[in-house]
Amino acid sequence: MLELKDISCSVKGGSRGKILDHISLRIKKGSFTVITGPNGSGKSTLADIIMGIKTPTTGKIFLESRDITNQTITERAEDIAYSFQQPVKFKGITVYDLLNIASGELIAPEEASKHLKKVGLNPEDYLTREINDKLSGGELKRIEIASVLARPAKLFIFDEPEAGIDLWSFDNLIKIFKKLKKEQKTIIIISHQEKILKLADEIIILEKGKIKSKGTPSEILPQIKGAKP
Amino acid sequence: MNLTDEEKQIFCEVLAENDILRESGAWQGEDERASPVATGASDAARKRSFRLAYKGAYNFRVNGKSVGRNSTKNIDVKPKTDRSGLDITIKPGTKNEQVHIPVAISATGIKEAVYNDFYIGDNAEVTIIAGCGIYNCGPTDSVHDGIHRFYVGKNAKIKYIEKHYGFGPGRGGKILNPVTEVHLQENSEASLELEQIKGVDSTIRKTTADLDKNTKLIVKERLFTHGRQTAESIYEVALNGKDSTTDIASRSIAQDLSKQSFKATIIGNNKCRGHSECDAILMDEAEVHAIPALDAKTKDAELIHEAAIGKIASDQIKKLMTLGLTKKQAESKIINGFLH
Ligand SMILES: Nc1ncnc2c1ncn2[C@@H]1O[C@H](COP(=O)(O)OP(=O)(O)OP(=O)(O)O)[C@@H](O)[C@H]1O
Ligand SMILES: [Mg+2]
Repeated sequence: MLELKDISCSVKGGSRGKILDHISLRIKKGSFTVITGPNGSGKSTLADIIMGIKTPTTGKIFLESRDITNQTITERAEDIAYSFQQPVKFKGITVYDLLNIASGELIAPEEASKHLKKVGLNPEDYLTREINDKLSGGELKRIEIASVLARPAKLFIFDEPEAGIDLWSFDNLIKIFKKLKKEQKTIIIISHQEKILKLADEIIILEKGKIKSKGTPSEILPQIKGAKP
Repeated sequence: MNLTDEEKQIFCEVLAENDILRESGAWQGEDERASPVATGASDAARKRSFRLAYKGAYNFRVNGKSVGRNSTKNIDVKPKTDRSGLDITIKPGTKNEQVHIPVAISATGIKEAVYNDFYIGDNAEVTIIAGCGIYNCGPTDSVHDGIHRFYVGKNAKIKYIEKHYGFGPGRGGKILNPVTEVHLQENSEASLELEQIKGVDSTIRKTTADLDKNTKLIVKERLFTHGRQTAESIYEVALNGKDSTTDIASRSIAQDLSKQSFKATIIGNNKCRGHSECDAILMDEAEVHAIPALDAKTKDAELIHEAAIGKIASDQIKKLMTLGLTKKQAESKIINGFLH
């Protein structure tokens, strides 16, 4: 489904030379991959590169055997949906507007409501809210996730979806991921949560821009001390 | 109503742009462009259409002359005798009524100054809608200076909506210089929505207000300049009465080579709260100057100014692109939302 070949990324003036250092990996169609690793290890950068938000210094990206390395974000968005670690705030754009954009067409409020319910937000309270800093961190995060769930994509990437989400919603989130998996979607989740790590077909540990190790949860989980319960 | 075909056309544009007219029932579901005015029906039919469609208080001004006027039981619309303009008197206690005073200019080289005074009785709650559209297809500047003064009585509440637009291919400038003066008596409230989206070449907008005890002034300004347009917006708000408050929020987009300046002065003469905010998006080679001034004359005055000028946030563009929009589409969504 997705293949990264020898991806490196460096920035001028970065704390270390390379944010990502010769990363190669293959992700199978319908698989569930969790990427974990310490803060600053390059996880979000890797996701940004897959989505086309950041450009790798070297290396190539293939999606279903097509070279997408030079595709724009918009082009990749046909197949890839990406939930940001830091939800973006706007001025004057409502939750309903965002869900309309995400759906690629004008949808009925009832249709938009479905996506909000999935993330545990009451549509009556949120559909017409503006996506600005008057929303709490957890609310913004859930709206961000809802916008991604509204996408007709094949590959879903979630960057720390659990951040700021309360426990009740967290269990809901797990259900969402299980459902996506059942629908044969390919899923990449960046996470530190054991409950999410346990869902993985494969766990990848990034450290200092390199793949430190990878394997199934039963192989990897015992190695991870940093993972929160 | 004796309008030439061209005047009719422009006037209909103005009414159409000023979609608040539709909301108020002025056009009762008709397609404005196909209305009897636009299609050049007989005078009688046109008159009937305006009368039938719009029953509220109004004055319609086209190319410097009044082409229709109506007073209601509670709202008196009278032309001034000493100079061009209107005296509009709203009876105390008037509720849920509107006054429409749209202006259309289609001739090149028109220069006019219009003085409209509003006397709003105690306890009244009304909405006043003024839209001005200039169509200039000729070589000479057309200028409309609208001076609006509001005397707001005790406990009264007004909403004033002003929309400005210019269009037309002519070399002549489309120039609008609105002056708005608001006097708030005890416990009264005024909310101003001032909007100028594209098309006006040059504008100097001056808004002044004095606020008595326990009053509130809210201003929402929306501005979009492009080409080589210039726009200057000046506010001077004096918070004189105890517990008076004001919130001035300006959002603007400056595109191409246009230039904007925003100058807001809030003077706190008593225990009061004032907030002004200038939020501008810069594109291309445009320039925006924000000059805030806070003048607190007592320690009980709480005054805040915020100004943010910058290009469209790149994370906003990127987020919308991940949802399938092109960069251009993303930008236009962000701009439309911002000016909303
Ligand atoms: N534009 C940039 N300029 C300089 N350094 C950058 C830039 N973007 C990222 N970095 C650095 O690259 C490293 C990896 O960042 P990244 O956001 O990918 O980490 P992460 O693994 O997602 O961390 P976290 O767990 O905190 O989310 C960090 O050290 C970060 O400071
Ligand atoms: Mg990260």
